[in-house]
Amino acid sequence: MPKVTVDGIATEVPDGATVLQACEIAGKEIPRFCYHERLSIAGNCRMCLVEVKPGPPKPQASCALPAAEGQEIFTTTEMVKKAREGVMEFLLINHPLDCPICDQGGECDLQDQAMAYGKGHTRYEMNKRAVTEKYMGPVVKTEMTRCIHCTRCVRFAQEVAGVEEIGAVGRGENMEITTYLEHAATSELSGNVVDLCPVGALTARPYAFEARPWELRKTPSIDVMDAVGTNIRLDSRGREVLRALPRINEDVNEEWASNKTRHAVDGLYRNRLDKAYVRKNGKLETASWADAFAAIAGAAKKAGSKVAAIGGDMVEVEALYAAQKLLEGLGSKQIEGRQNGMDYDASNLAAVNFNTTIAGIEEADAILLIGTNPRWEAPLVNTRIRRAAKAGAKVFVIGPEIDLTYPVTWLGDDAALAADLPEDAADALKAAERPALIIGGGGIMVPGLQAASLALADTYNLIRDGWNGYNVLHFSAARMGSLMLGWAQPGGTADLAAADPELLFLLGADGVDFEAFSGAFKVYVGHHGEQGAAQADVVLPGASYAEKSGTWVNLEGRVQRGNRAVFPPGDAREDWTIFRALSDALGNTLPFDTLDQLRDAIAAEFPALADEGLAEYEWAPPKLSDGAPSGPIALPIKDFYLTNAICRASETMQRCSAELIHGEEFAEAAE
Amino acid sequence: MLDDKDRIFTNVYGFQPWGIDAAIKRGDWDGTKDLIAKGQDNIVEEIKASGLRGRGGAGFPTGLKWSFMPKESKDGRPSFLVINADESEPGSCKDREIMRHDPQKLIEGALIAGYAMRARAAYIYIRGEFIREAETLFAAVQQAYDKGFIGKNACGSGYDFDVFVHRGAGAYICGEETALLESLEGKKGQPRLKPPFPAGAGLYGCPTTVNNVESIAVVPTILRRGPSWFAGIGREGNQGTKLFQISGHVERPCVVEEAMSIPFRELIEKHAGGITGGWDNLLAVIPGGSSVPLVPAAEIMDAPMDFDGLKELGSGLGTAAVIVMDKSTDIVRAISRISYFYKHESCGQCTPCREGTGWMWRMMERLREGKADISDIDMLHEVTKQVEGHTICALGDAAAWPIQGLIRHFRPELERRIREYAGAGEVLEAAE
Repeated sequence: MPKVTVDGIATEVPDGATVLQACEIAGKEIPRFCYHERLSIAGNCRMCLVEVKPGPPKPQASCALPAAEGQEIFTTTEMVKKAREGVMEFLLINHPLDCPICDQGGECDLQDQAMAYGKGHTRYEMNKRAVTEKYMGPVVKTEMTRCIHCTRCVRFAQEVAGVEEIGAVGRGENMEITTYLEHAATSELSGNVVDLCPVGALTARPYAFEARPWELRKTPSIDVMDAVGTNIRLDSRGREVLRALPRINEDVNEEWASNKTRHAVDGLYRNRLDKAYVRKNGKLETASWADAFAAIAGAAKKAGSKVAAIGGDMVEVEALYAAQKLLEGLGSKQIEGRQNGMDYDASNLAAVNFNTTIAGIEEADAILLIGTNPRWEAPLVNTRIRRAAKAGAKVFVIGPEIDLTYPVTWLGDDAALAADLPEDAADALKAAERPALIIGGGGIMVPGLQAASLALADTYNLIRDGWNGYNVLHFSAARMGSLMLGWAQPGGTADLAAADPELLFLLGADGVDFEAFSGAFKVYVGHHGEQGAAQADVVLPGASYAEKSGTWVNLEGRVQRGNRAVFPPGDAREDWTIFRALSDALGNTLPFDTLDQLRDAIAAEFPALADEGLAEYEWAPPKLSDGAPSGPIALPIKDFYLTNAICRASETMQRCSAELIHGEEFAEAAE
Repeated sequence: MLDDKDRIFTNVYGFQPWGIDAAIKRGDWDGTKDLIAKGQDNIVEEIKASGLRGRGGAGFPTGLKWSFMPKESKDGRPSFLVINADESEPGSCKDREIMRHDPQKLIEGALIAGYAMRARAAYIYIRGEFIREAETLFAAVQQAYDKGFIGKNACGSGYDFDVFVHRGAGAYICGEETALLESLEGKKGQPRLKPPFPAGAGLYGCPTTVNNVESIAVVPTILRRGPSWFAGIGREGNQGTKLFQISGHVERPCVVEEAMSIPFRELIEKHAGGITGGWDNLLAVIPGGSSVPLVPAAEIMDAPMDFDGLKELGSGLGTAAVIVMDKSTDIVRAISRISYFYKHESCGQCTPCREGTGWMWRMMERLREGKADISDIDMLHEVTKQVEGHTICALGDAAAWPIQGLIRHFRPELERRIREYAGAGEVLEAAE
């Protein structure tokens, strides 16, 4: 713990801290462009220069200098002031002063720091450098003339995203940042370089010229594009969400978000259900809420207790609970959250949870992946596995070969391998101090593989003191919440179909095997007009994740709450209020009138859902006897960018899919 | 003047073959095993005692540099010796002569120096443009292997030592020691942040010492003839012999080995045949390669050519690449050309150098024509001060110093041009 003084303030700093961190601990602001807490130190912008004694009689780059015992650091001396002014002047001589037409305006590090540390006038009278545009793909818009060569984007691509596709070519003042051969950046995390870019060189293409930051209302929310539960901030103006940005949560997403999280929001305004519909003579026709409810009430009377409900992938706990209570009032417990027919055993929540936790997987020293593509199913879990791999963890995979951005040992795609691990994998798991197993949706769907994976947990002692290495990687935001509420039948949706319901509620469920329910009167409650609505007899317009305050539980069992950013369009309402109103119409009123009352009711029945944070599950895996697994494992996600109704409606995601996955080329309009 | 008997580089002009047999006749590889038998610490001590200062430009005591290397590897990392043969400083051409005419001196030096610092191998990073020199060096290394002088049990000493030659791609910045290491590792040649210094974490993260070709090549002779012989040449703190490279407006440009601290006048008269047009025609001298400030004629004429003597004049010995300019020289244009070189060779990594070198060159071009204001001279000087000392490596300093030297010594010339340019056109009155 070296002791240093910063501008005369005695400060004790942790071992290994830099001078810059020492200054921050002492409460002194150090301007910087290239330095970023989560990236390696480049030391190239020279903005963080400070005076350090003892040391050479010239200013030192504080970001790269280790703090040492007895150092005297000065951040306000004439030498430091001159150094900052000098560097700022150099940065600005070739930076276009086009702030009025730059999307970074208002949230630009260069703008802010020029105001605070710059000189306020220029002495450079010659022409500025201009750089030709670089194409970086559908989500990153470039204006490389503005680039100040901090190389944050280069370091992010290499160190976090794990794809070496951004780099610098040329040298001196002709150095340019570009993607490899100017191809689109293919990483599903590439949107993060927009946040990292301290100037307007890299901006969000879908958000180009949409708004200024000071016009936006910022609402903390939770992402539903995958089961990671990325903490996001929805920026909205009026009734429209314009962008989604990550919030910092060290346990979940650090400060990253996948491209889908960021840019699917334009799908919130296309293909929306904003009126109720009732099917008349085989055609869906718009209807009032009262007419729609009357139609449902008629069907309910006929159905009696032969009612069922299927939950979709993005539904929040509140809507599920309200629907569940409505069904209970009608005398049915036929509820299922795994809309695509999966029927793994969910009797013990710990056995279907990501027990190691997202942050914890970094600590693993041997990892076995079974039937999962974490890069697509949970990109921000993949970055953690990558970090573990970089720290020396051995990674083995049973499943199809894909590029996971880190070196792995492919064992093959035959599910039978799980019951009979090849020697090198078995030895590595045996020798590891913190071994982990991750089984994905593609794996757990295979009959017998869940049992085999639980057997592996026993064989290799994955659960030990302070460590639970058994993980199921879900990819639906609603999954853990619905399982906690009990939305799981032993046989999945097949059990529901076998009970032959006459009234079926679909909560945003678009991926159901509708054939199996051809006899039922279907009520679709959701926000996008897709397969679910097309099959329905009554459509009730609900709210998307941006339009309701809800609770979601992420894949590691973390209860998180998001807030409403905007109101739902047209006649659409928050989903739980729809069930509350419908319960009135069915003459079986639900006992809550406000969100608080609803949450109190949930808390009373399911205490684990009462508070935000990791829910605790007791490890008591079921004894399964499904026989030995066999056959090739297939991965469930075929297209990262088109996994749910919102992103399928999003122009940006459609273009990402066409361009990055299907290799279509898009011509750029000349500007 | 240096006696012939005291010369280290006896084949610097290539009058004899470069091959290993000729080299052995000249005395190379003579009793190398005995030199190694002195022991690692003794070799370092002898080099310290000889007063040898790094010949690459900065003049850091070589023996002291070697002593920074770890005495034993605690974590199994090997140590490396890297020899900087990326001789790219304009005006500098000494390493080239060593490599093409006397390569065995370098290879023998590499073995002894590598042994002294407990290095596993030496990497010789040779400038990309040195094609013939690289060919010679490759062949010379092979000859040394064939004779058993390097490789397993080098010279029968029981020490295993390899020498690898690696060709650069012709970037000036790769002569900076950490950029050289990056380039050697296969990355873009950009200087690293220090600390950590190469002696702690250098090539592939292992302890590394980077030495200039000349510093290494003189080591065997120093050990053979004793440190006191070497220390007896030149002034205190500036001992030994040095290859001077005299170019520009002299009668006979040449590379010559001379004693350190030789007065400039003597150096030029004895070896270069004098200044063209006589001593009255001398305008200025850049005494140590393009990166050091120039020294005007009156100050340089009787100055001792060594590290400290030239430092007192506000310049430096650098690589001892003496660029002589007579009065026919357009001094502003000369410095402007040097500025262009540094703008071209800036790696672009850190801000002051990337942006500053271009700005300085453009200002120099204006001053060359006089298309500027008197106050622009001060502004340019301030810009050079904003670059100097603010960058990761010394290229920023190297770009700033020549201009500072010009402004210090030739400000009247700059002002004359500005006034001339302003007076050349008609003075236009604004219509009222």
